[in-house]
Amino acid sequence: MKLYCLSGHPTLPCNVLKFKSTTIMLDCGLDMTSTLNFLPLPLVQSPRLSNLPGWSLKDGNAFLDKELKECSGHVFVDSVPEFCLPETELIDLSTVDVILISNYHCMMALPYITEHTGFSGTVYATEPTVQIGRLLMEELVNFIERVPKAQSASLWKNKDIQRLLPSPLKDAVEVSTWRRCYTMQEVNSALSKIQLVGYSQKIELFGAVQVTPLSSGYALGSSNWIIQSHYEKVSYVSGSSLLTTHPQPMDQASLKNSDVLILTGLTQIPTANPDGMVGEFCSNLALTVRNGGNVLVPCYPSGVIYDLLECLYQYIDSAGLSNIPFYFISPVANSSLEFSQIFAEWLCHNKQTKVYLPEPPFPHAELIQTNKLKHYPSLHGDFSSDFRQPCVVFTGHPSLRFGDVVHFMELWGKSSLNTVIFTEPDFSYLEALAPYQPLAMKCIYCPIDTRLNFIQVSKLLKEVQPLHVVCPEQYTQPPPAQSHRMDLMIDCQPPAMSYRRAEVLALPFKRRYEKIEIMPELADALVPMEIKPGISLATVSAVLHTKDNKHVLQPPPRPAQPTGGKKRKRASEDIPDCKVLKPLLSGSIPVEQFVQTLEKHGFSDIKVEDTAKGHIVLLQEAETLIQIEEDSTHIICDNDEMLRVRLRDLVLKFLQKF
Amino acid sequence: MTEGLPVPSPAGLAGISSLTMDPECSQLLPALCAVLADPRQPMADDTCLEKLLDWFKTITEAGSSLLLLQGNPCLVELLCHMLKPQDLSSRVLAFSLRLTGVLAAQEDCFQYLQQGELLPKLFGEAGPLGGAAWTSPTVRSGWIQGLRSLAQHPSALHFLADCGAVDTIFSLQEDSSLFVASAAGQLLVHILGLSMPGPAGGPPSLQAGDWPACAQKIVGHIEESLRATATPQITQALNVLTTTFGHCHDPWTQVLWVRLSPLVAGLLEKDPVPAAHSLVDLLLSVARSPGLSSSSCGLWETLAQTLSHLSPTQAGPLALGILKLQDCPQALRAQAFAVLLQPLACVLKATAQDPGPSGVLDGIVGDSMTADMLLPSKAACVGLLCRTLAHLELLLPLPQRPCPWPQAPLLGAAVTLLQLCGGSARPTSDAGRHLCALLLGCVRVQRAALDFLGTLSEGTGPRELVTQVFAVLLEYLRSPDSSPTVLKKAFQATFRWLLSSPKTPGCWDLDPHALLFLRDLLPVLQKRLCSPCWEVRDSGLEFLTQMTRHWGGQAGFRHALLASEVPKLTEQLLRDPESYVRASAVTAMGQLSSQGLCVPPAGPEHPGGQQKSLLAELLHILSTDSEGFPRRAVMQVFTQWLRDSHADVAGDTEQFVAGVLQVASQDLDWEVRAQGLELALVFLEQTLGQPRSHCPCAVTPAVAAPVGPLAQALQPLCRVRLFEFAFRALFDCDRPVAQKSCDLLLFLRAKTASSGSLQESRSSPHVASVEAALQRWQAGDQAQPLGDLEPEVVLAVLRSLDLEGLQGALAESSDHVEKSPQSLLQDMLATVGVLGGNEADCY
Repeated sequence: MKLYCLSGHPTLPCNVLKFKSTTIMLDCGLDMTSTLNFLPLPLVQSPRLSNLPGWSLKDGNAFLDKELKECSGHVFVDSVPEFCLPETELIDLSTVDVILISNYHCMMALPYITEHTGFSGTVYATEPTVQIGRLLMEELVNFIERVPKAQSASLWKNKDIQRLLPSPLKDAVEVSTWRRCYTMQEVNSALSKIQLVGYSQKIELFGAVQVTPLSSGYALGSSNWIIQSHYEKVSYVSGSSLLTTHPQPMDQASLKNSDVLILTGLTQIPTANPDGMVGEFCSNLALTVRNGGNVLVPCYPSGVIYDLLECLYQYIDSAGLSNIPFYFISPVANSSLEFSQIFAEWLCHNKQTKVYLPEPPFPHAELIQTNKLKHYPSLHGDFSSDFRQPCVVFTGHPSLRFGDVVHFMELWGKSSLNTVIFTEPDFSYLEALAPYQPLAMKCIYCPIDTRLNFIQVSKLLKEVQPLHVVCPEQYTQPPPAQSHRMDLMIDCQPPAMSYRRAEVLALPFKRRYEKIEIMPELADALVPMEIKPGISLATVSAVLHTKDNKHVLQPPPRPAQPTGGKKRKRASEDIPDCKVLKPLLSGSIPVEQFVQTLEKHGFSDIKVEDTAKGHIVLLQEAETLIQIEEDSTHIICDNDEMLRVRLRDLVLKFLQKF
Repeated sequence: MTEGLPVPSPAGLAGISSLTMDPECSQLLPALCAVLADPRQPMADDTCLEKLLDWFKTITEAGSSLLLLQGNPCLVELLCHMLKPQDLSSRVLAFSLRLTGVLAAQEDCFQYLQQGELLPKLFGEAGPLGGAAWTSPTVRSGWIQGLRSLAQHPSALHFLADCGAVDTIFSLQEDSSLFVASAAGQLLVHILGLSMPGPAGGPPSLQAGDWPACAQKIVGHIEESLRATATPQITQALNVLTTTFGHCHDPWTQVLWVRLSPLVAGLLEKDPVPAAHSLVDLLLSVARSPGLSSSSCGLWETLAQTLSHLSPTQAGPLALGILKLQDCPQALRAQAFAVLLQPLACVLKATAQDPGPSGVLDGIVGDSMTADMLLPSKAACVGLLCRTLAHLELLLPLPQRPCPWPQAPLLGAAVTLLQLCGGSARPTSDAGRHLCALLLGCVRVQRAALDFLGTLSEGTGPRELVTQVFAVLLEYLRSPDSSPTVLKKAFQATFRWLLSSPKTPGCWDLDPHALLFLRDLLPVLQKRLCSPCWEVRDSGLEFLTQMTRHWGGQAGFRHALLASEVPKLTEQLLRDPESYVRASAVTAMGQLSSQGLCVPPAGPEHPGGQQKSLLAELLHILSTDSEGFPRRAVMQVFTQWLRDSHADVAGDTEQFVAGVLQVASQDLDWEVRAQGLELALVFLEQTLGQPRSHCPCAVTPAVAAPVGPLAQALQPLCRVRLFEFAFRALFDCDRPVAQKSCDLLLFLRAKTASSGSLQESRSSPHVASVEAALQRWQAGDQAQPLGDLEPEVVLAVLRSLDLEGLQGALAESSDHVEKSPQSLLQDMLATVGVLGGNEADCY
């Protein structure tokens, strides 16, 4: 059993598990932090961005000044943003049989895998995962395609040139493999390969293994996966949450008794408590708006935004913000808000019960009804006529490199009355803000990450008790900036095995058993013999038939009628192909009694020696050795078959036969 | 039924019973006794029986129990009835046992009951003790309490010895009911005290043979228990001794201690020390007992030994107790203090940047405790640290606190603990990291440490440490993870530290460091005032009020505050949805306004509209707010404003007072109306031109105001309709309001006492109509207003009112009628009557 690790990002995993005869890809997350090296794509021509000076080498050589621009001491690539794909060289991806998706954030690389590697298998995911995943991809494609950029920079990627660049461009890994965003056509084609599954549904893969999604509590339709054969169980835990937010709670019990538990997608900000951060978010929002400033919340179109809207729903009246408009701008804003209301069966119990009242499960419906929350596909069109300040705007993309957020950063960045509040933990806010410097607007970092923290992980591991834990290497030591925080790492026994990008792990357990079925007629013919209370044995002669990873014992074929049968007459004639069955023996030989028996049968001058494994009985007169060991007995005598048979019969008296 | 008891002659009764009990009650008593004796009529309510018993106790304390019994034969009948085998409720049985004890506390009554063999039958083997009723803990408890009341005289001691009660009490010490077991222990203590000679008798010798038999038996039992191996037995013995030394300080207690102390010291040789908590209690009880001269009986040695034998958790309370003792050897105090400081020393040691002699508490505390002892589990570590901090906090203000007080190391320890809990500590050692993992986010330790840190503000500290204190406080105030209770404590500690920051001579403003801190603090406060959690907004406002009260007049503070958004946000919180927050915002705004720190309201709520003054806003709250707290707060602010002649009020005081009183008089909340009277009083004092004394009633009318100016002076009071408000309040359905109004009017009457020239108006028709209206008001019909009143009419009405009588009536507790024994008996009978009625209905 092997694990091929194609992504080094702990929350955007992409691993391939070879288990029995199957090749299973676990998630295909797309690392978008690479886009932070690029200049933002403004929706409206930005004089500031277009007038940034080109970057030149120390010696004044300016051949890169078309590709690289300098802003407040940082250098950015002036080109269409590109993404860092999972490893494609470590394993032949066309051999992947299935891809299991755990949540919509972890499927963003799917089109790259399904459309460009010869992949011909099936992808499994829950319905909300697919629908919201589609929204995220649609938004991404839309953000990038609606601002076509003529120029595509590639010179800087040359290894010799890259070395000359300042950090962080100099240190960016595998820039040659970075790819531009996929197209909507590729997205559709990739999504068409997905087969929808429900929680606890058992899916057979080639008869060899069974995979089952379980609720992971993190997002709508998010799942952990159980991959099991008859005697082995691997749990894949990716992006789980124990907090009470909108999704169905995490199913922990089904993770018990795993041989291996692969643990990814823990919280990215283990020191920030989501509750405290939500409080911080609300306080800063109110503070800004009360002073007449605007609040910008860069976010994804689904996920934490639902919880934020719910908190604000409760908070705005109490904070006297009822007159403040909330805008949600995304090409998929409408679909996201509506989708969230129809996936009732995937929601937490509290929200599910609302459906029967009948009420919409999320209160944002009421915010929309009362005109407190308005949503627009983009800032062009209706929005510009409705726009009123001060206001709160939720929009993408959290990297601040594309999407409508770029416009608001340009628009509001100059006033210290305004505030940008970062709630998505995926991007370093300082890096995200770098191309907007100098910036007068206030910046608040309230990362809200509801995924498991290390305390919860340690409780979970105690509860489900896997034999082995496998996790990204980042989880096996405290974060570099807080090396004293021994609590910020996975602490389990035996210590967790860690992996990093482009590594292949041999998982530490051996398969010892395989299930074999026995045909009824064969089973009928068995004659069990009880050798110990509760333990019966029977011998069976059969043909092992293996097909589609299923093993069946079938009755042996009837022999063909012997042609000259009358010549030989033997009792065992009806099964001529089989050798005469020797009885199976069990039990142990008590040496003292054996010696007494030998003496009774006329052997004298007997010596017994103890050996490491048992005893040697030496019949000096007969020049014979009897080696008695735990699982074998040897009689060594010089060509005296009569003597050997006599001794053998004496030995057999002490053993049970069946 | 009363066979064997001398029946008193009816002739003697009439006169006597009235001495002991109301005739009405005497009449009701037989019926009640019959009800109690009837198992078919269960008493629904325990508290009635308790009250009944209390009543009997009062009667017997005041007079003779014997006469009571003789006057009310039904009581003896009731007690005799208890002896019959029947299905009586355990409550009634327990009540009867206790009643017997109360009655038999007087020796003559005891003898009287003894004659009828009633006592041995009730308390001996023949009584409930041997029967099925004994399984009920109520009965066992009643038995013990009965004996406890009874054991007051030598005859009782003999009785106890004869009926073998002491052995039963021994066994009841192990009772499954904790109440019974504890009462049994206390009864033993009581019997021991009773059997020993009093202070005049001189102490007995150490020889056991010289002791009274009963005492000998009890002490023997205690000795045996102390030698036992089972901890519960040892605990019982220790508890009995603790109570003994705590309650009785006669000379014999010293002899007892000398006799038992070797056994007690013997407990320390066991590992672990059994019943450590009880042992600590005992030793402290002995040490505090004035009857013992501690030096002579080896107590200090035992205490020292115990300190070193107990675990840190167990030794903490002992150490604190020792340090609180008035006279105690210095060495023992030092040892106790070292024990108390150990956990903090461990924390400092584990987190010290460079381990070595710099461990700041090293000088005081030895190396006996390592961090490992603190670390076994989170619960143990947190519990020990919280207790240690609480102990030190208790010790700090005491005059006998250890000297020199290690202020700097303790400050350091408190700061370190807070850093460990908040995650900002960066320990380098393994122990430190482990400690960090245990304490991270622990709210209990955070609260305890913040409280302790606040208390430490009374001392000084090196500048460097004080800087750290402010830094850690700011960290807590800033942290999004601070829980509301932790934040509140952080605010409190911050205020105390700001108060203690060094003052520039001759200037009350904050020192430059504190001002720098304030600059960082105000943005935090600003954010907290916008918190979604109302508790946080509330504590933020309270903190602001406190700060403004102290430094509102100081330039540095004013400048910083006015430069921030805080006043504006506070104004917005007047409309907070949470009433507590609105109340705090009202108080804060009142304070800000008094100091001239208010900004005119503006913001999204008032986009360009007419801006209300704060006075109008507060009046609006007073008249419309649905919750009481904000309205009360408004009244307090108004009263303060009036007292301080606030600019908004001084412009047209009469209009202000009239408006406020009018709104307050219609308020449904009595506290608002009472506060209205307070405001009226302030206005009255200001109008009459005499500074207010704290108790208006205490003012003697020696210097009466002259007549002419008086009438003139009363005019403004009439114009603001103060009298209508006060008269209305006089008949308020809420007693405190009526009392306050009564006090106010008495004060006014005293001030105007001898103004004879106004007396003629008494007979005027106007006066009569006012008096008639007041009578209607008193009867509950307050609809009719009084209209405009002339000063003369007011004075006449004032004189005609029986204010003293009203004051007396109001001083009686409101349930004085309902509390009478007669009412109790009637209630009990009525309850049963109702039950009986139901029963009849069923048939």
